[in-house]
Amino acid sequence: MSEHHPALAHHFEDLDQQFEAAGLGMWAFLVQEILFFGGLFAAYLVYRMSYPEAFIQGSHYLDITLGGVNTAILICSSLTMALAVFYGQQGNRRQLILFLFLTIVLGAAFLGIKAVEYTHKYHEHLIPGPMFHPEEAHPPQMQIFFALYFAMTGMHALHMVIGIGILVFLIYQARQGRYSVEYNSPIEIFGLYWHFVDIVWIFLFPLLYLIGRH
Amino acid sequence: MATAVFRPFEHQIADPDEVPKKHYLNAGFSAKSWLLTVDHKRIAILYLITVTLFFLIGGLFAVFVRLELMTPAADLMQSETYNKMFTMHGIMMVFFFLIPAIPAILGNFLVPLMIGARDLAFPRINLLSWYIYMIGGVFTFAAVLFGGVDTGWTFYTPYSSTYSNTNVILAAVGIFITGFSSILTGLNFIVTIHKMRAPGMTWFRMPLFIWAHYATSLIQVLGTPVVAITIVLVGLERLFHIGIFDPAVGGDPLLFQHLFWFYSHPAVYIMVLPAMGVMSELITCFSRKKIFGYEFVAFSSLAIAVISFLVWGHHMFTTGQSIYAGMVFSFLSFLVAIPSAIKVFNWTATLYKGSVSYQAPMLYAIGFIGLFTVGGLTGMFLSTLAVDVHVHDTYFIVAHFHYIMVGGTIMAYLGGLHFWWPKITGRLYPEGWSRFAALVVFVGFNLTFFPQFVLGYLGMPRRYHVYPEEFQVLNVLSSAGATILGVGYLIPLIYFIWSLKSGPRASANPWSATGLEWQTTSPPPTHNFDKTPVVTGDAYDYAKFARENAKAEEATLV
Repeated sequence: MSEHHPALAHHFEDLDQQFEAAGLGMWAFLVQEILFFGGLFAAYLVYRMSYPEAFIQGSHYLDITLGGVNTAILICSSLTMALAVFYGQQGNRRQLILFLFLTIVLGAAFLGIKAVEYTHKYHEHLIPGPMFHPEEAHPPQMQIFFALYFAMTGMHALHMVIGIGILVFLIYQARQGRYSVEYNSPIEIFGLYWHFVDIVWIFLFPLLYLIGRH
Repeated sequence: MATAVFRPFEHQIADPDEVPKKHYLNAGFSAKSWLLTVDHKRIAILYLITVTLFFLIGGLFAVFVRLELMTPAADLMQSETYNKMFTMHGIMMVFFFLIPAIPAILGNFLVPLMIGARDLAFPRINLLSWYIYMIGGVFTFAAVLFGGVDTGWTFYTPYSSTYSNTNVILAAVGIFITGFSSILTGLNFIVTIHKMRAPGMTWFRMPLFIWAHYATSLIQVLGTPVVAITIVLVGLERLFHIGIFDPAVGGDPLLFQHLFWFYSHPAVYIMVLPAMGVMSELITCFSRKKIFGYEFVAFSSLAIAVISFLVWGHHMFTTGQSIYAGMVFSFLSFLVAIPSAIKVFNWTATLYKGSVSYQAPMLYAIGFIGLFTVGGLTGMFLSTLAVDVHVHDTYFIVAHFHYIMVGGTIMAYLGGLHFWWPKITGRLYPEGWSRFAALVVFVGFNLTFFPQFVLGYLGMPRRYHVYPEEFQVLNVLSSAGATILGVGYLIPLIYFIWSLKSGPRASANPWSATGLEWQTTSPPPTHNFDKTPVVTGDAYDYAKFARENAKAEEATLV
């Protein structure tokens, strides 16, 4: 019966096999992502061990309120994403689209707040490179803290932007009626990606904002 | 009675009714049918053509390097130009030939066929990976056209950041992009091998080619992203001077080396593991025997993949890393010898009492065993701390890794290409010429690179184009060998192209081999198998031909 499902690709035996393959593919991709961010985390670890004072002073420039609000927003977006997956499995198209949309709203709010933070850093001359001139006295290695801050949060934000792009596509597909009780694996598999991006932030927030602040 | 006896390699030319009318090659002739194909076999052909192109470009740079080294003086080019020559040779060969060669061509073609699947798990991602490879290639080739790069293929900071005045960014972007093609290929293989095996194809019935590609894929997925992010950091450093590798603000150039080798050492196994997979297929077929110690050969691939991630520090024995770290890295590097030796011994044990025959693929395979052994054993010299300090950055290193990459990977690649060419194209190539070419490659290779061991041990450093006069004889030998090697590569190129039009039609199983890929037609239909194969026994059951013979004999006696 599922043989003739329009979403079944020719080289799979049935939808189950197709779903399992896609899920394993996403997990393998996420492992790859961990190693991708892992290079940055390794660099962070090495420099944090070498220059603890510079890193502590650097972290004092970060806005803990905005960072905290953003953390809360992202955790909520994980909830809306999980609900979208749930309603996708139920075949409830209205709720599915609603929660996919809410996930986009929360993701965009996160990026908006991040942009505000970046602007503050720009005005405080905390952009690493020739423009790096903080007003207070600082160890030269503080520039490395900000290089890592922008590299890590920037790479994370890039993943958010891509995620939002895919969410838009999923909403489009859902409105076309592509998803049903039998076939909703793209939503579930994208959910894995979205949760992964959230978890990266759960690590970034304490490492950059919290450690060393009293 | 004699007619009933089966002889391997007897039925190579297809009977007229054996030639398939419809197959993947004539499924469409338009450019679109090739450039937008999602058939893994056609994508393998796209890779074959483009990887060969990059091999020729990389080879061209080697020609200039060897020409310049004919004399002790700098008579052909300046130091800057020479630096660009060996850098572009390394970049083209490593990132655009050696890494994709066997997985993306032979692996792409054979992984689904060998496990009895209709395609890879993600056919569109497979096509995407070829486009990514091409875009990366275009960027890197643009870097060549705009004047080249002179950092060495390793992009060490600060050569590539503070002090570079060449097209580092362009080349680095190209390699960054190409890395994702490698990741996607690995991801596709992992999922395919897990989820797409035919009924009865259990893990321990899979051909060892598949095990080797599985291990390779793990490295591709786990290692490549690290070098990708490292390249991003070099790019940021170079464009915005963010200081991440700049000692002026506390950055550490050695951090780059750690991150780079965390990928680039395992990358050596991305190049050689698939070659080992090819070897297991060739050795069994041409000695008509089951592989000796199947499980050991299978797990040694995984062992190599795991250990490969723990040895990167042996590239940095002379950089002032902690002596204790050096000792641990030295010890771990020795460990790689164990699974590698398991493979070599098991292949040799497979030959023992086999009915060995010397077709072209087998000549390459036997060449591989010898050259890989030399390359591997000299690797032991290099993982020894004290010896490494003596020969670090000399021609000894250059000779060592060419024995692995050229003597190992390219020998197996050519062996595999000769083995599966009848399956891929449905055509046979001239046997005499192919055996002759295999010998030319072997002789040329050794003449090129053996003198380099001696040169390095005597103290000639790599990456210099001016050298003391007493080194000239060995350098001339090496350049002469490179010429022979070049001819050895051109001969197959010519007869392969010739065979496409004029070669006799190949039968479905010209080597009387056991893999599933030989049970379908040559060339295979677009969906690989007319009906899904069911696997009932172990791989490499070459004894079955003898059993069939015995049965046939019995029948004639009655």
